[in-house]
This record gives sequence, structure tokens and C-alpha cells, in this order.
Amino acid sequence: MAEFAYQFLLTLDATFRLATPLILCAMAGIFSERSGIIDISLEGKMLMGAFVAAAVASMSGSPWLGVLAAMFASVILAVVHGFACITHKGNQVVSGLAINILASGLTVTIGIALFRQGGQTPPLGGTERFRPIEWWLVDTLDSVPLLGSIYRELISGHNILVYIALILVPLSAFLLYKTRFGLRLRAVGEVPKAVDCAGISVSFLRYRAVILAGLLCGIAGAYLSIGQGAGFVKEMSAGKGYIALAAVIFGKWRPVPALYACLLFGFLEAMSARLQGVDLPLIGEAPTQLMLALPYIMVVLLLAGFIGKASPPAAIGQPYSK
Amino acid sequence: MVSEKNMDGRDGAHSFALRLDGISKSFGAVHANRDISLDVKAGTIHGIVGENGAGKSTLMNIIFGLQTPDHGTISVFDSLKTIRTSADAISLGIGMVHQHFMLVPNMSVLDNVMLGSEGGSLLAEGREQTLERLQSLSKNYGMGVDPHALIEDLPVGIRQRVEIIKAIKGGARLLILDEPTGVLTPGEAAQLFNILRSLRDDGVTVLLITHKLEEIMSITDYVSVMRDGEMVAHRETTQTNPEELARLMVGRDVLLSVEKGPADPKEVKLSASSINCRSAVGNTLLKNVSFDLRAGEILGVAGVAGNGQTELLEILSGMRAATSGSFTILDQIVNGDSALSPSAMRELGIAHIPEDRHEHGLVLSFEAQENAILGYHHDDRFKRGLFLNQEGILDRCKTLMRDHDVRPPNPNLNASNFSGGNQQKIVIGREVDRDPEILLVGQPTRGVDVGAIEFIHKQLIRLRDEGCAILLVSVELEEILSLSDRIMVMNEGEIVGIVDQAAASQEKIGMMMAGIETEAAA
Repeated sequence: MAEFAYQFLLTLDATFRLATPLILCAMAGIFSERSGIIDISLEGKMLMGAFVAAAVASMSGSPWLGVLAAMFASVILAVVHGFACITHKGNQVVSGLAINILASGLTVTIGIALFRQGGQTPPLGGTERFRPIEWWLVDTLDSVPLLGSIYRELISGHNILVYIALILVPLSAFLLYKTRFGLRLRAVGEVPKAVDCAGISVSFLRYRAVILAGLLCGIAGAYLSIGQGAGFVKEMSAGKGYIALAAVIFGKWRPVPALYACLLFGFLEAMSARLQGVDLPLIGEAPTQLMLALPYIMVVLLLAGFIGKASPPAAIGQPYSK
Repeated sequence: MVSEKNMDGRDGAHSFALRLDGISKSFGAVHANRDISLDVKAGTIHGIVGENGAGKSTLMNIIFGLQTPDHGTISVFDSLKTIRTSADAISLGIGMVHQHFMLVPNMSVLDNVMLGSEGGSLLAEGREQTLERLQSLSKNYGMGVDPHALIEDLPVGIRQRVEIIKAIKGGARLLILDEPTGVLTPGEAAQLFNILRSLRDDGVTVLLITHKLEEIMSITDYVSVMRDGEMVAHRETTQTNPEELARLMVGRDVLLSVEKGPADPKEVKLSASSINCRSAVGNTLLKNVSFDLRAGEILGVAGVAGNGQTELLEILSGMRAATSGSFTILDQIVNGDSALSPSAMRELGIAHIPEDRHEHGLVLSFEAQENAILGYHHDDRFKRGLFLNQEGILDRCKTLMRDHDVRPPNPNLNASNFSGGNQQKIVIGREVDRDPEILLVGQPTRGVDVGAIEFIHKQLIRLRDEGCAILLVSVELEEILSLSDRIMVMNEGEIVGIVDQAAASQEKIGMMMAGIETEAAA
């Protein structure tokens, strides 16, 4: 029983690590989509962030410079998305898709040009990436049964970006519901004309929203390559941007419910890793491929059946013209 | 031009709230506004009348900074101003209540009122002040509103109050209202007018845009008339009358009433018995709706938009299934289990002129000839084996255009390039082609010019006299009163009562539209 509890604890621990990029991207998606701009380019922005973070960290030796550079690169893509969708009233799905394809190709191309390692960045050493932070009193509390393990595995021992992601959720909710910016952002995604008539620029508001999304996706990307991983690998975002988008919808475009959705998807992914090769009653050994596909299958099932009526921001996807 | 002598400048500090000089605005080849000049005296209620498409809304959007004029100058409170954005207009003391409300439905009244003037980067700071302001405005002008209610839960009349509060909360001195009574019951409209009068008495200048002449006569001090993008006349309201204004609006004499003989109702063609309908989220849309429709009569359905008329038309035409209840059409019983598709309904002899011709009546990007057979493409005249019979379709369209005076008579023109009236004539021509036994008509003259309205009304009377059973849904009470033989009034999905036209009056129907029983009103 104690062994099972410990295994479960480790799975929960992995849940937080796996959910972190989802949480960051989901908050990004909420800001963008609440302003009325569909953001399927979460994936591409995160991938670009991952590459730039690893490249800059590898060249400068500083993970913090890596995160900043990743945020900058991701914001550039976000502004491109904004320019296409807000200024030129282009199709938001097409623009997002274009950014995803661009990021997928560009990261590998630049990677090969810079490092000549088949599109990867050189493996990052200890100081070039974010290390897990051992919290105060971990060793002292170790002797306490259960709570000690929970403290050591679940609460302590993550890298700084995990904690940042978790703090960003209440911050996002605060920004969205308690500030002037948030009120206007929510309004512009519902009835942009009302915002315009109140004397507020619809374009400027939406640009700020997509830039905010860019910043958050940049952190998510940096987490993949210099937090969770130790270097950039081609296509390392692996659909996480889309899963984050699913979490946004699952959470009905609200930060805290979206956090729960991200944790659920993170948990499924952690389970699938833990169940590989394990003998299950009735089924026998769990097939690896099925286990790896499990989170994705669950996303489809959940979105198809369990969320009820999702009511997206009323003006989402519609370019604003007077 | 209004005479300068009786100008008393109740505003005190200013003589004119607004002066426009030589305003022009074109969209492509269309001149929406041409050389418009207008003087609005401070502290008065000034009406602007004109038909749909006369350019009133464009002019108001220019004043409020939503559109910039190609030429011309604007003075606000006696000084020349450039208004590029609505923020400019707001800072000059101009407030606007739009025809389509600029409210966020899933936010509270308070949030909507605060939007744009939050009073600080955190909402908590401005909330108290806005609440106080809301309370004082509610008290001064009799506009009680629950600040924490969600907009989507409020009736239309209250939503409009929220719009007015939004417009004047910052101390606007010039309030523009664009067609404010279109969605109101007569009772709500009367309340609105009381609010406007007390605003004027406090020195606020009101600019009222409407196409309803009785409103102009009852509330305004001055009136200006627009036609085809031009300002054609300015009058003091006491010095004019509805007939003169109608003539100025249309440019010729118009018959304000419809000529028709007495009805000769025959057998029952359609009989509805306790039709109920609920929305996907469970709201009641129709409740126990029962009525008979006879051959050779027009049954008018009166009601404020959104009280179940749309759903009733959708159910009778096969576009939506009733939750319970049934109706009998020419001896065929239709209920939840045997709901019929629109095309099956059409086969039975029902024709439907939908309320929203752009959404349900036409494919705007298709040519007129394709639209002329839409839904009737299985007809032998229009097919040749598996393919369409192009000549047959073209013939049909040409005939339709001749019989129904569609202009321009060009079958290859896209539906979107016809005016509202001519689009409606295409729809009507198509639907009445096979001499339907029952005709369902929704908003036949919405967005249609006066000339076409006369034509459409005559068509409906002619069909009635030929023995067609007509169900007419319209939010224009005058249209209902002048065309119908019997009037059925709906409120919140229920039939309030059915009255004979002879016994109906504007007041009585108005009371019923507000949900007040007939006996009380009679």
C-alpha cells in the first residue's frame, strides 16, 4: 500500500512537470481568445521559444537569458499573427497554421545552420538550464511519514518555471476579472463594437492580448528545452500547444478551470508513462503505443462528450471592422 | 431652416449643440450623405426622419466618430471640432444610444456601464463611484436598474436604459438615439419619451433618429427630413404634420393606409393546437399556442420582436420541430413525431417568406435566377434528368421579374446587388408562384422602401382575395393593423388574445403586446 501511495505521489509529481507547458500555453490561449483572436499558433510560438531558449542558453550559458530570448522570439511570432489577423483582418486559423508550419521548419533550419547537429542544439550542462529547487527543510521533514514525501516530491524539487506557471494562474484570473484591462479584454472578445463605441481602440487592445500570449508561450517553450529537457529536439512541442488549446475550451476560457484541465491532461500523460510495460489485470502488458496515445485520445473524448455546451467569446474569429 | 428668433438657448451657455456644414460621405459609388447641413439648438429634442437607407445612421456615425466624413465641418457647442474616433466624440460631451445595443450580454449592468470609464487600472477603485452615479441617475430620471443583473437576463426596455445611462453617465450634453423604439412596446416607448423629456429639461440636447412619424410629432421640438442621402427640409414640429413629412421623406404623395375590401374567410386551412417549444437550454419559447387560420383571411401576429413569433413561423414552415403539440395543415397532422421538412411542407402547399431574407430567404452570393428557384429545384420545369434546366430557370426568373416589378430586371445579377425591396420581391415572387394554399409571411417590409411596401401590401391583399390563407408576422404594428383581418397578439411565447381588426386599436394592441389582458384594456 505504501509502495502504491509512493508511486501515486511520483505520478502526481510528474503531473505538475508535464502540465507546466500546458498551463502556460492555456493562459496564453485564454488571453488571445478572450480578446477575439483564435490562437492555434500556441504550438508554433512554444516551439520557437523552445529552440531560441536552448540556443541562447547554450551560447551564453545563462538560462535566464534563454527565457528572455524565447519570450522575445515568441512575441515576434505573436505580432506577426496580430498583424495578419488584426491589422489585415486575415483568417485567424490560416495565420496560426502558417506560424506553426513556419516555426516547425525554421527551428530546424536555423538549428542546423548554427550547430550542425541535425537540428538539435548541443546538450545543455547543469548551469545552462533551470535546476530543480530543493526547498528549505526538505531533509528535516523527511522523517515525517507521508507528509515528508509529499513535501519532498510534490511541493519541493521543481524548477523555477513550474512555480512561475502555477503563480501565473491566479495572476491571470486577477488580470482578467479585477482590472480595467481585463474588463476591456473580455468585452472586446464579446462585442468589439461596444468597446469601440466606448472610445477604446479595438486593435490596440487585441495587440496587447496577442503579445501577452506570445510572452507566455515563450516561457512555455523555454520550459521544454531548458527546464524539463536539456536542449532542443526537433518538434519537441509535440502537439502540447493543441492540447493546451483543448484545455482552454475545456475550461470554458477561464483561468482556474483551464488549470484543472491542464492538470488532468498532465496526469493522463504521467499515467501513460508510468503504465508502460506494467501488467494490468485482464489486459496483460499495456501496449506502449496505446499508452502514449492515451492522453491524446482522452482529449478527443473529453472535448467531444464531457464539456457540455462550450460558449466561446461571441466575437472570436471575426476581424473587427466598423 | 429654423427661425433664429425663437431661439431661447435653454442650455444657457451655448446656442447650438451641433452644427453640420456640407458633410458628405461615399461608400464606393454610393453617396450615403451628400452635402448635409444641420443646426441643432441646445436644449431641444431634434428629430431626424427618413426612410431606411436615407443615410441617417451614417450621419450619426459621423457625428459620433465611428466614420469620418469625406468633406464638411462639424461644430459642437459652438466651436469647430474634428471628430475622428468615438473617444473624441465622448470627450466633447456626445453620447450615443445605438440601434443595435452596444452591450456585452454576459456581463453585469455595472461592468457595461464602467466599460471605457473605469476610473483606474483596478476595477475596485471605480466601482463605488459608478454605483453612486448609477443610483443618482436612476433616481433623477426614473431609470431603475439592478446594477448587478446580467444584461442577457434583462428585457429589452431595461437594456435600453442601460445604454442611455452609459451614454449620459459621463455628463454628455448631446444625446443621440438611433431608432430607439424599434424594439420597444408602446408602453416602454412612452417611458423612454418621458426620460428624454426630463433630460431635455435638464439642458441635455437630444437628437432622435426615427422613421416613425408619430414619434416625431409627439416628442420633438424640431425635425429635419432626409431623403437619398440629402437633407431635404427642416421644420418646427408644431408647424408641420405627418402627411407633409411623409411626402418629404418619399418625394411624392403616399398612401399611408392600405385599401382593401372586407375579407371572406372560408374553410380552416391550418389549425394549431397547444404548440409548445423550448430552446436547447430549456427556455420556454412557445406556450400552448392554438389558433385557426382560414382560407381568404390574413391573420396578423403582433408582438415585440422575440416573443415567440419567429419560432412559430419556424415550426409551421418545418424549420424547427415543436417540443409538444401539433398542428393540422389541410388535413395532415404534424406533431413532434411526424415533423416535416421544409420541402415536405412546401409540397403540402405551404409557402414561407422568412423573416430574415438574407439568412433564410436568399443566397446573397448567388444570381437572381438561382435564387428565383431556390427550394423548388425539384420542380419538373427546372430540371432535366440529374441536371438543372438552365432555360427553364432563366424563363422563370424573367417572368418573376416582370410580374413583380423587380429592378433591375437582370437574372444574372447577384442577389446581394439588389436593393432590400427588390430582394424581397424576388422572395415573394418565388414563394407565391405555385399559388400556395397557405402563406407564412415574416416581416414582409423590413428594410424595404415605401414604394415597394405599397406593392408588397397589394400583393398580399390580392392573394387573400384569391383564397390564400395568410399568417402575417410583423413588428410594425401599423402594418399589422392595416393588413390583418384578425390580429393575434403574442407575449413571451403565449397568445394574449385574438381580436378582430374592427375592434383593434393601437392602444389596445399595445397593451396586449405588453402582456396585459384584453378585457382590462377594452
